[in-house]
Amino acid sequence: MTKIKSLADLKNKKAELQSKIALREKSDKPEGRVLVKVAMATCGIASGSKEVMEYFMEELDKRNIDAIVRQTGCMGYCYAEPTIEVTVPGKEAVVFGYVDNKKADEIIEKYIRNHELVDGIIPVNYQTIENDKEE
Amino acid sequence: MKDISLHVLDIVQNSISAGASFIDIGVFEDTGENSFRVRIGDNGRGMSSEVIQKVTDPYYTSRTTRRVGLGIPLLKQNADQCEGCLIIESEQGKGTLIEAVFVHDHIDRPSLGDIAGVFVLLISANPEIRFRYAHIRDGKQYSIDTEEIKDAVGDIADIDQDIIRYLKQMIRENLEQTGVL
Repeated sequence: MTKIKSLADLKNKKAELQSKIALREKSDKPEGRVLVKVAMATCGIASGSKEVMEYFMEELDKRNIDAIVRQTGCMGYCYAEPTIEVTVPGKEAVVFGYVDNKKADEIIEKYIRNHELVDGIIPVNYQTIENDKEE
Repeated sequence: MKDISLHVLDIVQNSISAGASFIDIGVFEDTGENSFRVRIGDNGRGMSSEVIQKVTDPYYTSRTTRRVGLGIPLLKQNADQCEGCLIIESEQGKGTLIEAVFVHDHIDRPSLGDIAGVFVLLISANPEIRFRYAHIRDGKQYSIDTEEIKDAVGDIADIDQDIIRYLKQMIRENLEQTGVL
Protein backbone atom coordinates (compact mmCIF):
# COMPACT_ATOMS: atom_id res chain seq x y z
CA MET A 1 0.00 0.00 0.00
CA THR A 2 1.40 3.37 -0.98
CA LYS A 3 1.82 5.73 1.91
CA ILE A 4 -0.34 8.81 1.96
CA LYS A 5 1.72 11.62 3.41
CA SER A 6 -0.14 14.74 2.38
CA LEU A 7 -3.49 15.94 1.10
CA ALA A 8 -1.98 16.03 -2.42
CA ASP A 9 -1.25 12.28 -2.14
CA LEU A 10 -4.81 11.80 -0.95
CA LYS A 11 -6.14 13.63 -3.99
CA ASN A 12 -4.13 11.37 -6.30
CA LYS A 13 -5.34 8.32 -4.45
CA LYS A 14 -8.90 9.46 -4.93
CA ALA A 15 -8.44 9.77 -8.68
CA GLU A 16 -6.91 6.30 -8.68
CA LEU A 17 -9.86 4.86 -6.78
CA GLN A 18 -12.46 6.70 -8.85
CA SER A 19 -13.02 3.86 -11.33
CA LYS A 20 -13.51 1.37 -8.52
CA ILE A 21 -15.97 3.65 -6.75
CA ALA A 22 -18.06 4.08 -9.90
CA LEU A 23 -18.50 0.32 -10.10
CA ARG A 24 -20.18 0.16 -6.73
CA GLU A 25 -23.25 2.01 -7.99
CA LYS A 26 -24.19 3.72 -4.79
CA SER A 27 -27.82 4.66 -5.09
CA ASP A 28 -28.56 8.36 -4.98
CA LYS A 29 -31.78 7.94 -3.09
CA PRO A 30 -31.04 8.01 0.65
CA GLU A 31 -34.33 6.21 1.41
CA GLY A 32 -33.02 3.16 -0.43
CA ARG A 33 -30.05 2.86 1.88
CA VAL A 34 -29.69 1.17 5.23
CA LEU A 35 -29.29 3.73 8.03
CA VAL A 36 -27.25 2.87 11.09
CA LYS A 37 -27.27 5.40 13.93
CA VAL A 38 -24.78 4.90 16.73
CA ALA A 39 -25.59 6.51 20.09
CA MET A 40 -22.64 8.76 20.89
CA ALA A 41 -23.34 10.49 24.16
CA THR A 42 -21.15 10.23 27.27
CA CYS A 43 -22.66 6.86 28.16
CA GLY A 44 -22.07 5.41 24.69
CA ILE A 45 -18.55 6.76 24.29
CA ALA A 46 -17.55 5.45 27.72
CA SER A 47 -18.81 2.00 26.70
CA GLY A 48 -16.89 1.85 23.43
CA SER A 49 -19.29 3.21 20.80
CA LYS A 50 -16.38 4.77 18.87
CA GLU A 51 -14.95 1.33 18.07
CA VAL A 52 -18.42 0.03 17.17
CA MET A 53 -19.06 2.96 14.84
CA GLU A 54 -15.68 2.53 13.11
CA TYR A 55 -16.42 -1.18 12.76
CA PHE A 56 -19.80 -0.49 11.09
CA MET A 57 -18.31 2.06 8.71
CA GLU A 58 -15.52 -0.30 7.62
CA GLU A 59 -17.47 -3.53 7.51
CA LEU A 60 -20.58 -2.27 5.71
CA ASP A 61 -18.27 -0.87 3.06
CA LYS A 62 -16.15 -4.04 2.82
CA ARG A 63 -19.27 -6.19 2.51
CA ASN A 64 -20.69 -3.93 -0.18
CA ILE A 65 -23.82 -2.97 1.73
CA ASP A 66 -25.18 0.42 0.71
CA ALA A 67 -25.51 2.11 4.08
CA ILE A 68 -25.12 5.39 5.89
CA VAL A 69 -23.57 5.40 9.34
CA ARG A 70 -24.34 8.42 11.49
CA GLN A 71 -24.00 9.34 15.12
CA THR A 72 -26.85 10.30 17.37
CA GLY A 73 -27.31 11.35 20.96
CA CYS A 74 -28.34 9.29 23.94
CA MET A 75 -31.50 7.28 23.32
CA GLY A 76 -32.13 6.83 27.04
CA TYR A 77 -30.86 3.25 27.23
CA CYS A 78 -27.62 4.08 29.03
CA TYR A 79 -27.61 0.70 30.81
CA ALA A 80 -27.38 -1.08 27.46
CA GLU A 81 -24.68 0.96 25.73
CA PRO A 82 -23.33 0.85 23.14
CA THR A 83 -26.73 1.06 21.46
CA ILE A 84 -27.47 1.44 17.78
CA GLU A 85 -30.59 2.07 15.71
CA VAL A 86 -30.86 0.29 12.38
CA THR A 87 -33.36 1.29 9.71
CA VAL A 88 -33.63 -1.13 6.82
CA PRO A 89 -35.53 0.48 3.89
CA GLY A 90 -39.27 -0.17 4.15
CA LYS A 91 -39.07 -1.36 7.74
CA GLU A 92 -39.44 0.19 11.16
CA ALA A 93 -36.28 1.31 12.93
CA VAL A 94 -34.96 -1.24 15.41
CA VAL A 95 -32.76 -0.44 18.42
CA PHE A 96 -30.11 -2.93 19.54
CA GLY A 97 -28.33 -2.82 22.90
CA TYR A 98 -24.95 -4.10 24.16
CA VAL A 99 -23.45 -3.91 20.67
CA ASP A 100 -19.79 -4.89 20.48
CA ASN A 101 -17.93 -5.81 17.30
CA LYS A 102 -19.11 -9.43 17.51
CA LYS A 103 -22.73 -8.35 17.89
CA ALA A 104 -22.25 -5.83 15.09
CA ASP A 105 -21.09 -8.62 12.78
CA GLU A 106 -24.21 -10.64 13.67
CA ILE A 107 -26.47 -7.63 13.05
CA ILE A 108 -24.91 -6.99 9.64
CA GLU A 109 -25.05 -10.61 8.51
CA LYS A 110 -28.41 -11.64 9.96
CA TYR A 111 -30.53 -8.52 10.33
CA ILE A 112 -29.29 -6.15 7.63
CA ARG A 113 -28.50 -8.78 4.99
CA ASN A 114 -31.17 -11.41 5.61
CA HIS A 115 -33.78 -9.53 7.70
CA GLU A 116 -33.62 -12.19 10.42
CA LEU A 117 -34.22 -10.91 13.93
CA VAL A 118 -31.33 -11.26 16.35
CA ASP A 119 -31.10 -11.10 20.15
CA GLY A 120 -30.57 -7.80 21.89
CA ILE A 121 -33.42 -5.73 20.48
CA ILE A 122 -34.71 -3.06 22.84
CA PRO A 123 -38.50 -2.93 22.41
CA VAL A 124 -39.94 0.49 21.57
CA ASN A 125 -42.49 0.33 24.37
CA TYR A 126 -39.73 0.14 26.95
CA GLN A 127 -40.25 2.64 29.78
CA THR A 128 -37.95 5.63 29.80
CA ILE A 129 -37.80 8.44 32.33
CA GLU A 130 -39.83 10.59 29.93
CA ASN A 131 -42.88 8.37 29.54
CA ASP A 132 -42.72 7.52 33.24
CA LYS A 133 -43.31 11.18 33.95
CA GLU A 134 -46.21 11.45 31.55
CA GLU A 135 -48.23 8.79 33.33
CA MET B 1 -13.32 7.90 29.64
CA LYS B 2 -10.24 5.92 28.73
CA ASP B 3 -8.32 8.79 27.18
CA ILE B 4 -8.49 12.46 26.27
CA SER B 5 -9.54 11.88 22.66
CA LEU B 6 -12.76 10.25 23.93
CA HIS B 7 -13.42 13.30 26.11
CA VAL B 8 -13.02 15.41 22.97
CA LEU B 9 -15.48 13.20 21.09
CA ASP B 10 -17.92 13.58 23.98
CA ILE B 11 -17.62 17.34 24.48
CA VAL B 12 -17.94 17.93 20.73
CA GLN B 13 -21.40 16.31 20.89
CA ASN B 14 -22.46 19.28 23.04
CA SER B 15 -21.27 21.64 20.30
CA ILE B 16 -23.19 19.65 17.70
CA SER B 17 -26.38 19.78 19.82
CA ALA B 18 -25.83 23.53 20.17
CA GLY B 19 -26.14 23.82 16.41
CA ALA B 20 -22.50 24.72 15.70
CA SER B 21 -21.33 24.90 12.08
CA PHE B 22 -17.66 25.26 13.01
CA ILE B 23 -15.88 23.34 15.77
CA ASP B 24 -12.29 24.09 16.62
CA ILE B 25 -10.31 21.47 18.56
CA GLY B 26 -6.91 22.32 19.93
CA VAL B 27 -4.32 20.45 21.97
CA PHE B 28 -1.52 22.56 23.42
CA GLU B 29 1.37 20.89 25.17
CA ASP B 30 4.13 22.82 26.84
CA THR B 31 6.64 20.63 28.64
CA GLY B 32 8.56 23.72 29.79
CA GLU B 33 5.66 24.99 31.88
CA ASN B 34 4.47 21.40 32.33
CA SER B 35 0.98 21.97 30.96
CA PHE B 36 -1.36 20.01 28.72
CA ARG B 37 -4.40 21.91 27.49
CA VAL B 38 -7.32 20.69 25.45
CA ARG B 39 -9.55 23.37 23.99
CA ILE B 40 -12.86 22.95 22.18
CA GLY B 41 -14.48 26.03 20.69
CA ASP B 42 -17.67 26.28 18.71
CA ASN B 43 -19.97 28.84 17.14
CA GLY B 44 -23.13 27.24 18.52
CA ARG B 45 -25.89 28.99 20.39
CA GLY B 46 -23.88 29.40 23.60
CA MET B 47 -25.07 29.37 27.19
CA SER B 48 -26.29 31.95 29.66
CA SER B 49 -24.18 32.56 32.77
CA GLU B 50 -26.74 30.66 34.89
CA VAL B 51 -26.34 27.61 32.69
CA ILE B 52 -22.52 27.83 32.81
CA GLN B 53 -22.76 27.65 36.62
CA LYS B 54 -24.83 24.49 36.34
CA VAL B 55 -23.08 22.46 33.60
CA THR B 56 -20.39 21.06 35.89
CA ASP B 57 -23.13 19.64 38.12
CA PRO B 58 -23.76 16.01 37.09
CA TYR B 59 -27.46 16.41 37.87
CA TYR B 60 -27.85 19.11 35.26
CA THR B 61 -28.58 18.19 31.66
CA SER B 62 -30.22 19.88 28.72
CA ARG B 63 -31.62 16.62 27.46
CA THR B 64 -34.90 14.96 28.25
CA THR B 65 -34.09 11.26 27.76
CA ARG B 66 -32.38 11.02 31.13
CA ARG B 67 -31.81 13.10 34.23
CA VAL B 68 -28.02 13.16 34.48
CA GLY B 69 -25.37 14.74 32.27
CA LEU B 70 -21.85 13.50 32.84
CA GLY B 71 -19.83 14.76 29.86
CA ILE B 72 -18.50 17.98 31.36
CA PRO B 73 -18.38 16.72 35.00
CA LEU B 74 -16.22 13.75 33.95
CA LEU B 75 -13.78 15.99 32.10
CA LYS B 76 -13.67 18.38 35.06
CA GLN B 77 -13.05 15.50 37.44
CA ASN B 78 -10.18 14.25 35.29
CA ALA B 79 -8.63 17.72 35.02
CA ASP B 80 -9.02 18.35 38.77
CA GLN B 81 -7.41 15.00 39.54
CA CYS B 82 -4.39 16.11 37.52
CA GLU B 83 -4.08 19.36 39.49
CA GLY B 84 -5.56 21.22 36.55
CA CYS B 85 -8.87 22.90 36.01
CA LEU B 86 -11.77 23.35 33.61
CA ILE B 87 -12.50 26.72 32.07
CA ILE B 88 -15.80 27.49 30.36
CA GLU B 89 -16.47 30.68 28.46
CA SER B 90 -19.69 31.18 26.60
CA GLU B 91 -21.79 33.90 25.13
CA GLN B 92 -25.36 33.41 23.97
CA GLY B 93 -25.64 33.54 20.22
CA LYS B 94 -21.85 33.50 19.77
CA GLY B 95 -20.56 30.15 20.94
CA THR B 96 -18.76 28.30 23.69
CA LEU B 97 -15.14 27.64 24.56
CA ILE B 98 -14.20 24.84 26.91
CA GLU B 99 -10.64 24.33 28.05
CA ALA B 100 -9.36 21.52 30.22
CA VAL B 101 -5.94 22.06 31.75
CA PHE B 102 -3.82 19.17 33.04
CA VAL B 103 -0.37 19.02 34.62
CA HIS B 104 1.61 17.45 31.76
CA ASP B 105 3.59 14.87 33.69
CA HIS B 106 0.89 14.17 36.29
CA ILE B 107 0.69 10.44 36.92
CA ASP B 108 -3.11 10.49 36.54
CA ARG B 109 -3.18 12.40 33.26
CA PRO B 110 -4.82 10.19 30.62
CA SER B 111 -2.99 9.76 27.34
CA LEU B 112 -4.26 11.66 24.31
CA GLY B 113 -5.43 8.46 22.63
CA ASP B 114 -6.55 8.00 19.04
CA ILE B 115 -7.19 11.66 18.19
CA ALA B 116 -6.80 11.02 14.43
CA GLY B 117 -9.54 8.37 14.65
CA VAL B 118 -11.80 10.74 16.60
CA PHE B 119 -11.25 13.59 14.13
CA VAL B 120 -11.95 11.43 11.08
CA LEU B 121 -15.01 9.90 12.77
CA LEU B 122 -16.36 13.37 13.54
CA ILE B 123 -15.91 14.74 10.03
CA SER B 124 -17.36 11.67 8.34
CA ALA B 125 -20.35 11.45 10.69
CA ASN B 126 -21.09 15.20 10.48
CA PRO B 127 -20.30 16.19 6.89
CA GLU B 128 -22.17 19.48 7.20
CA ILE B 129 -19.99 20.76 10.06
CA ARG B 130 -16.54 22.27 9.59
CA PHE B 131 -13.93 20.88 11.99
CA ARG B 132 -10.41 22.06 12.63
CA TYR B 133 -7.78 20.29 14.68
CA ALA B 134 -4.59 21.97 15.80
CA HIS B 135 -1.88 20.40 17.90
CA ILE B 136 1.04 22.39 19.23
CA ARG B 137 3.80 20.86 21.32
CA ASP B 138 6.77 22.97 22.38
CA GLY B 139 6.66 25.12 19.26
CA LYS B 140 6.11 22.24 16.80
CA GLN B 141 2.70 22.26 15.26
CA TYR B 142 0.25 20.39 13.07
CA SER B 143 -3.22 21.32 11.95
CA ILE B 144 -5.91 19.99 9.69
CA ASP B 145 -9.16 21.56 8.58
CA THR B 146 -12.27 20.15 6.88
CA GLU B 147 -11.89 22.88 4.26
CA GLU B 148 -8.45 21.58 3.21
CA ILE B 149 -9.79 18.04 2.98
CA LYS B 150 -12.72 19.27 0.89
CA ASP B 151 -10.31 21.02 -1.49
CA ALA B 152 -8.40 17.78 -1.98
CA VAL B 153 -11.15 15.18 -2.21
CA GLY B 154 -14.44 17.02 -2.67
CA ASP B 155 -17.59 16.98 -0.59
CA ILE B 156 -17.21 15.10 2.70
CA ALA B 157 -20.70 13.61 2.38
CA ASP B 158 -19.75 11.53 -0.70
CA ILE B 159 -16.33 10.57 0.55
CA ASP B 160 -15.48 6.91 0.11
CA GLN B 161 -14.59 4.61 2.99
CA ASP B 162 -11.17 3.90 1.43
CA ILE B 163 -10.39 7.61 1.44
CA ILE B 164 -11.47 7.82 5.08
CA ARG B 165 -9.02 5.05 5.89
CA TYR B 166 -6.17 6.80 4.05
CA LEU B 167 -7.04 10.10 5.68
CA LYS B 168 -6.86 8.58 9.14
CA GLN B 169 -3.50 7.01 8.32
CA MET B 170 -2.26 10.32 6.91
CA ILE B 171 -3.19 12.32 10.02
CA ARG B 172 -1.59 9.72 12.29
CA GLU B 173 1.65 9.85 10.31
CA ASN B 174 1.69 13.63 10.02
CA LEU B 175 1.22 13.93 13.77
CA GLU B 176 4.24 11.71 14.34
CA GLN B 177 6.35 13.35 11.65
CA THR B 178 5.83 16.87 12.88
CA GLY B 179 6.85 15.65 16.32
CA VAL B 180 3.74 16.75 18.18
CA LEU B 181 2.89 13.24 19.36
